[in-house]
Parts: sequence; C-alpha cells; structure tokens
Amino acid sequence: MALLEIEKISVFYGEMCVLRDVSLQVERGEVICVVGANGAGKSTLINTISGVLKPRSGKIIFNGEEITHLEPYQIVEKGIIQVPEGRRLFLNMTVEENLLLGSYTPRSRKKRKENLEKIFTLLPRLAERRKQIARTMSGGEQQMLAIGRAMMADPQLIMFDEPSLGLAPKVVDHVLELIKNIAAQGVTVLLVEQNVHHALELSTRGYVLENGTVVLSGTAHELLNNPHVKTAYLGL
Amino acid sequence: MGLLSAVVNGILMGGIYGLLALGLTLIFGIMKIINFAHGAFLMVAMILSYWLWRIMGLDPYLSIVVIIPLMFVLGYLTQRYLIKPVLDAEKDVREPIGALLLTAGLSVAIENFVLMVFGADYLMAQTSYSGASINLSGLSISVPRLYAFIATLIVTVLFYQFLNKTELGRAMRATGQDRGVALLMGINVPKVYGIAFGIGTAIAGLTGIFLIPFYYAHPTVGEVFITKAFIIVVLGGLGSVPGALVGGLLIGLVESVAAQYMTATWTAILVYFAFLVFLLFRPSGLFGSRYEW
Ligand SMILES: Nc1ncnc2c1ncn2[C@@H]1O[C@H](COP(=O)(O)OP(=O)(O)OP(=O)(O)O)[C@@H](O)[C@H]1O
Ligand SMILES: [Mg+2]
Repeated sequence: MALLEIEKISVFYGEMCVLRDVSLQVERGEVICVVGANGAGKSTLINTISGVLKPRSGKIIFNGEEITHLEPYQIVEKGIIQVPEGRRLFLNMTVEENLLLGSYTPRSRKKRKENLEKIFTLLPRLAERRKQIARTMSGGEQQMLAIGRAMMADPQLIMFDEPSLGLAPKVVDHVLELIKNIAAQGVTVLLVEQNVHHALELSTRGYVLENGTVVLSGTAHELLNNPHVKTAYLGL
Repeated sequence: MGLLSAVVNGILMGGIYGLLALGLTLIFGIMKIINFAHGAFLMVAMILSYWLWRIMGLDPYLSIVVIIPLMFVLGYLTQRYLIKPVLDAEKDVREPIGALLLTAGLSVAIENFVLMVFGADYLMAQTSYSGASINLSGLSISVPRLYAFIATLIVTVLFYQFLNKTELGRAMRATGQDRGVALLMGINVPKVYGIAFGIGTAIAGLTGIFLIPFYYAHPTVGEVFITKAFIIVVLGGLGSVPGALVGGLLIGLVESVAAQYMTATWTAILVYFAFLVFLLFRPSGLFGSRYEW
C-alpha cells in the first residue's frame, strides 16, 4: 500500500482550474520530486494535500485512509507536514517557540523532547540560537528553522515547497543535504524544487507538472535523461 | 477633589478602561477583527450582575463565578455561529469588512434586546461598599474603583502569562501572526478564534461586573466605554497587551485631571484632540505592536 495516493484530483480557485485530474503515488521511504514551471500548480498540490485547499473532485488517501475532507490540523495529526514556500516562520517569536509550535498536535507533543534533541543534533546552529527572534536570522538559518519546525511535527510525510528559494548556492547545498538526511531517517519526502537537477539527483522518482496536469513521471534517472525535461527544466 | 485625588482616582478609572481595552485588543490581535459589540457585552454583564444582586442578593463580585463562564460561552458561540460564517465567506476578500459590520449590527441588536427585556432604567448595585472610600490624610480613594483597579492588574498579569507561557497562549499568538501557517502547523484555528473571542467577551463582562457597584448601567452604557476602549487600543498600539493597560491609565488620568480645570465637554474635546495629535506623530501607538503577536 502506498503511503500517499492521490487519485485524479481537480482543484479550482473560483472558476479557474489549477489542477486537473492529477494522480500521484508516494511509497513509504521514497523521495518524490515534483517539477514544474512557475504557476504550474506545485504549491496548490502541496496545499491541497495539507487540506488548506479542497479538491472539487478526486481523492487523497494516506496510509489507506481517505483524508480528502479532513481539516488541516487533522491532517498534521495524521503525519503530513509541509515546509511552506517562503518559509513562513512566526517571525516575532524565538527559535524555540517556533520549534515548539511545530509540535502542537497531541501526537507530536508527546514526542516533543525527543524530537527537539534530534533536531538540535541535526542542526546545532538552532540549539545555540534558541532565544533568538526568528526575524533576525539569516535566510539560510530561517530555512533551517522552518525545516526543524516541520520535523517537530514528527511527520511520516514531509513536503518541501521550494526550500532553496532565495538562498546562496552554498546554503542550498546544505539544505539539500539536510533533506537527504531527513529521508535517511525514514521520513518520506515530497520535494518541489526549482533546482531540478539537484532535486532529481536526491529523488527516487519524479513527476512533471505542466499547466495543472501531470505530463510525465518516472524514476529520477529516467527524468534526468528525458529530452523534454532536459530542454525545459535542465537548460541543456 | 484635590489634584492628588484626581490623579489617583483617574488612574483607578483608567485601569477599568484598560481592562475593557484588553479584551478588545486581544480579539483584534488574534482575529484582526474590530469588535463593535464589545461595549454591548460589557453592558450585558452589568445588567446580569445587577439583577442577580437585586433578585438573589448575590454580591456583584461573587456573580463573577456565574457570569464570566456565561460570557465566555456567549463569546465562543458568537464567533462560531455568527462571525465564522462571515469570515469563511470572505476568505478571499482582500479587505474583509463583513465581520466588522456584523459586530456593529450585533451591538445594536443586543442593546435593543436588553432595552425590550429589562427596560431603559438606570441601574446600579447599591452595595455596602458602593460609596465607601479610604481616606489617607485628605486623599480619598473610592473602594470599588480600587477593587476594579486591582482586578485589572491581576487579569493583565495572568493574561500575559497565559499568552507567553502556555501551549494555547502560544498557539493564539501564532494564529495572530500568521493564521495560514498556524493552520499548516496543526493548530485548530477556528477553535482558537472561538476561545479568543470567548476570553475577550469574558474580559468585557468582568469589566462590567466591576463597574456595577459604582456606575449606572443602561442599555447603551457600553457606547460610553467602547469609544474610549477604541482610543486606548489605538493609543497603546493595536494588539498590544501592555499598550491596553498603559493607554487606559493615560486616558483615565487625563480625563480626571482635566476635569479639575474644565467642564466635561471640554475634557472630551481635549482628550480626543490630544489623541489625534499623538496619532500624527506616532501612528502605530505607544507600543507600536504590529509585531507583537
Ligand atoms: N489564491 C489564489 N487565487 C487565485 N489563483 C491562484 C491563487 N493561488 C495561486 N493561483 C494561481 O494558480 C496557479 C498555480 O499556482 P501555484 O502557486 O500552485 O503555482 P506554483 O507551481 O507553486 O508556482 P511557483 O513556482 O511560482 O511557486 C497560478 O496560475 C496562480 O496564479
Ligand atoms: Mg509555488
């Protein structure tokens, strides 16, 4: 049984159809990359999985259970979390408060101490800066915090929406390394990334989203060698 | 009343204004809603407290035990069944104004309902301590005002601790900062809204209960207070908890001291004019709290 199964969802903003009959499967332990140009509907897809947007048709199944109509907080409780586009930290709160808010749901709150320690070992910079206000941190540090906050939810599936956006190349490497680390811990990853080459390199499989529909899917290797992907997304 | 008495009693009254403003600023800080019905809720608590005292002989301060939970529930239900549907319908509107209009309408509805049921009489709970005052070498301090002031301080401190030290308080601040991402982190935002509105309404109720031993209640008494509370909230900084208290004390002080030298009409003109001038120089208020939550 796949961990996440999306069956032909269509999502609208008003009368505008942004996702049309999108299907997608994520197996436990995979790193799935979703590739697409600006406006293709990648964030919409992630937000629909999170339950913030509701599909007009289709189903979302997680761990064999339909979650299409659950509230966002119930979906987090089931074990799905996202690191939103643009980080979206609680900027006026401290590093620690941001992390604690990541484990607000009852299930993750029980494992809060343990997860906090894990994250501090993974990201020692955050431990040093516990009391720092998030607003005053660098872009890279903020991204680390956003990832740490999501990990505090003790997720089974973590979704990254363009985590390298606006970061210096060296920091991007660090972020991608971190995602690899998280995957190695057994957390399933869904990754949306502009940095298609790097993203596919650490993925098992990928989907190409164009104008709200899946036009291509396959193993990371297949996609990296696909002529369309090469010209449209890898700039080769 | 000497100047010193005016200062002291002004500060005490200012504390009450501050308490009312605290509820208003909480609702604004978390929900970004300006609650025009806040004064009406204060009035409801005053009237309830009065009648509990009148019919059952229940001391107004004891009626807290009954009225505060009731006000919380009233606030929670108001948000759940009246405000939430409007907010949901306006989710994609850039400048939502529906909730504001709704609370304004609600205020009028509550006032007229109370007018119909309880009449337009001016009511005050004449308790044994209503007219009592403490005399400190010529300085006279009204006892019920002093109690109200102490209650304000306690509530403000407790509330500040609640916001900063508890899980729910933290979730409330997070929701105030970014409701979208609060949802994504697993916070049940509608429930947080309900609780915030409930607490805000309970605070309005508490203010009313502390007023009733020395201030006349009538169906539109809330309007007197709500205007001041709005000014205090803006003066202190929208959404700022310390701002509500300090703003309240300032307004109470200015009002009381000015009354020593001029008529009430002139006092009002002075207060509002000073407020406008202040806003010219510091539009974000004393504690400029756009970042507070
Ligand atoms: N709240 C909204 N209301 C109306 N249209 C929207 C809204 N959000 C997104 N859209 C539209 O939906 C389409 C898909 O947007 P989405 O944000 O999912 O794209 P994306 O693939 O994440 O793009 P990007 O790479 O720029 O982040 C775009 O055409 C966008 O303009
Ligand atoms: Mg996007």
